[in-house]
Amino acid sequence: MSGSGIRFDRVSVAYDGNTVLHALDLTVEPGEVMALLGPSGSGKTTALRAVAGFVRPASGRVFIGGTDVTGLPPHRRGIGMVVQQYALFPHLRVKDNVAFGLRAQKAAKAEIPGRVAEALEMTGMGAYAERYPRELSGGQQQRVAIARALAIRPGVLLLDEPLSALDAQLRSGMLAELARLHRELPDVSILYVTHDQVEALTLADRIAVMDRARLQDCGTPQELYRTPRTEFTASFVGNANLLPVTAGAGAALLGGAELKVDTGGVAPGATATLCVRPHLVGLGDGPNALTGRVSEVQWRGATHRLYVDVAGERIKADVRELRTPPGIGDQVTVHFAPEDAVLLTAAVSEGAAASRRAGVAADG
Amino acid sequence: MLVHSRGGRWAAWALFAVLFLPLFALPLLVILAASFSAHWSGAFPSGLTTGHYAAATRGESLQALTTSLVTAVTASLLALAAGTWAALAAASLKQGPRWSRFAGRVLDTLFVLPVAVPSVVVGLAVLVAFSEPPMLLNGTRWIVVLAHAVLVTAFAHQSVSAALARLDPAYEQAAASLGARPSYVLWKVKLPLLLPSLSAAAGLCFALSMGELSATMMLYPPDWTPLPVRIYAATDRGSTFTGAAVAVVLMAATLLVLLAVSRVRTRASYR
Repeated sequence: MSGSGIRFDRVSVAYDGNTVLHALDLTVEPGEVMALLGPSGSGKTTALRAVAGFVRPASGRVFIGGTDVTGLPPHRRGIGMVVQQYALFPHLRVKDNVAFGLRAQKAAKAEIPGRVAEALEMTGMGAYAERYPRELSGGQQQRVAIARALAIRPGVLLLDEPLSALDAQLRSGMLAELARLHRELPDVSILYVTHDQVEALTLADRIAVMDRARLQDCGTPQELYRTPRTEFTASFVGNANLLPVTAGAGAALLGGAELKVDTGGVAPGATATLCVRPHLVGLGDGPNALTGRVSEVQWRGATHRLYVDVAGERIKADVRELRTPPGIGDQVTVHFAPEDAVLLTAAVSEGAAASRRAGVAADG
Repeated sequence: MLVHSRGGRWAAWALFAVLFLPLFALPLLVILAASFSAHWSGAFPSGLTTGHYAAATRGESLQALTTSLVTAVTASLLALAAGTWAALAAASLKQGPRWSRFAGRVLDTLFVLPVAVPSVVVGLAVLVAFSEPPMLLNGTRWIVVLAHAVLVTAFAHQSVSAALARLDPAYEQAAASLGARPSYVLWKVKLPLLLPSLSAAAGLCFALSMGELSATMMLYPPDWTPLPVRIYAATDRGSTFTGAAVAVVLMAATLLVLLAVSRVRTRASYR
């Protein structure tokens, strides 16, 4: 099947007067992997269920491959879906689970075994066709669930936290599998709901960051990670030091210290937030040096996480494992390169805060 | 068992022996003993005989057994179909908007009514309702089957709605996302997953129908006499031993069918 994208056109969903998704505008291009990333209750799963047809939008339209599907029941939307709890049919063997969609859609009988075998091979489950779901491990069940969704050759694949029920090691293996599947099926658009930033950063072509029923930010993983537009994005996509500063001319003022950063047109004197990733903060003297006292040291194997109190702010620094880490209360100097810092203007942050407040009001 | 200390366990067994045996087992044993005896004048029966069973398994008694089995099977199947349908309808109503959720609750309540109303009243109601044309069933076997079905539908409905409430909606949604129409989902996913509960409900309905007396008494035509009526008639005219033998036959037949149903259930339960 040729690729078909997904388009949300100002989609709002409300349950009993509570807005759980507020005027979502988002386009998933054909063949694109779009991650919906956000904390629980942010509306990301609701958005996916609106595409699947399990919730009916209060307003707005949902398009799949250019067709308005807002009024269509789930079974006429041509989607494949994989959910967190797998939902394999316990009374059917693996092969019959995978064949379910084909039989339901009345595919030619002669064609079914071949397509079932193909889908099972693709997910590496070919040897388990005769088993019942209860005889499989969690990771194997997840593979069967993916094979079942792929067997109907959907133009759109919806994945709702597909890896969150797996343990950490299995999860990174399945992440690689999903990435491979997408390379093998370049035409399938994937909407991937997750609260895990690593999954989103690894798999997605673009990430849509959701919070409090609203889309906060959307962009490629690199854009969102390197140049986040809002504090929420900065803190949810990766780790971040968010320091309240006053903009100057080509610099930002933190307490008394002047930090060279790209102010990018922020008016001098305006308050702003400076975002620096902890792993880009170095120990010792350098550009944009800040001196403060160590308040906590965490050893994380390959790295040390230092918490340094500077001018009333706590700066997190992830540095390569230190042979002699500083003690708590020691005075240390940390630094970061000017190009590693992003200045988030107060206007943007306030806008985000305001929209978050509006989200709260709508929720209440 | 929930008691873990050795003394406590002995005490629990003792309590079981004191309460269960006299209250539950002894009356059944007495019936069993009576069904094999020729006289019972002292504390114990005397004169071992199988003559009552010869009487209880032929002629009118055998016909009554067939009557009971046919009535119970038909009534259970009718009740199962109606109760399941109603439970499915109520469950889907409850997913809709407010008025529809209300309608679902009303439907549930309506189907529980026959449990709340005494069976004599149900019998009378059926008798009055179906004694005039165009719905003249009085005097036919169908009025007995109908009354039994009305009486046991509530149990079928309740056990199926309880099972439906526990059924993970993810199955239905996964099936729908794979392109299955609602009817396909019902036949290929929901009903197979409900099979254990359906068979339990069928067993319950069957057992209740086999033992039903009070409504049946008001309705049965002469050519359709179920076993409980036979037992009642036998003891009423003083043939206690024959009645006991027929009662044992009733128990045995019911137990056999329940065992068969429970085998179906074991094979149908997954994980």
